[in-house]
Amino acid sequence: MPKHLLNPNKWIDLYADYLFNYTISRVNDREMAQDLVQETFLAGLKSMKNFKGEASERTWLISILKRKIIDHYRKINSSKGKAEVRITSNNDSETEGEWLEERVADPFDKTAEDSMQNTELGEAILNCLSKLPEKQAEVFRMKTIEGVDTEDICNELNITASNLWVIIHRARTAMALCLKENWF
Amino acid sequence: MSKKLKIGIPCSEANLVCDKSQYKESSFLEKVRHHLHLLYCKACRDYAKTNNKLSSIIAQSKVRCMDKKNKECLKNVFDKALKKEKIN
Repeated sequence: MPKHLLNPNKWIDLYADYLFNYTISRVNDREMAQDLVQETFLAGLKSMKNFKGEASERTWLISILKRKIIDHYRKINSSKGKAEVRITSNNDSETEGEWLEERVADPFDKTAEDSMQNTELGEAILNCLSKLPEKQAEVFRMKTIEGVDTEDICNELNITASNLWVIIHRARTAMALCLKENWF
Repeated sequence: MSKKLKIGIPCSEANLVCDKSQYKESSFLEKVRHHLHLLYCKACRDYAKTNNKLSSIIAQSKVRCMDKKNKECLKNVFDKALKKEKIN
């Protein structure tokens, strides 16, 4: 009997944000990230019969997404000859517009290790967020991650401001507890 | 009629101000009351420390979510595909 089962009805609610954050940290383009996430869900749906149940649903979807991201880079590299990445943080007029691979590393740029750690941290945050009750997760996401105004959240979700702060308090307590072990 | 200035606040209010402060939504007076409360309440000091740490790691992670509109669009497309898949 397989250890894990697929339930595509819950995929968007449970994994859309996780997959989106995973993708955007690798492609750095919101629209492209959304397209890749959508393609991943549709591809997952089509290949459900290939799911053996050995890995969790999320791990299985991530493995599909990884292939989509690789395909995306293959596509842009084959159509342009090489990836067109330019440094924008350094405005040296003599070297402006040169290819990234022809230049030495920017000493003020973040190290790859920092960036990887932030990606892992982002994934841990979304993992903890997915464990919260639906309403708490929604309010916390809107307020803390998307930065929506208190009034707008109250109007959209039809709750009072004091209700919102109670939900935020519960969500923050639960999030801190969840992240405490590895990140505090 | 003069209003009596309330200095001491209960823990529940201190935690509420602490939460609001994470989003820069607490007033100056609320902050003063909160800091005074922290002087004598260890439980709230611990809560404030954890709360500040949570805010700082979320900011550090630069975590991003899909916005609601796009998620709704994705849901519509996916639901249609799911129905089609069930029919086949």
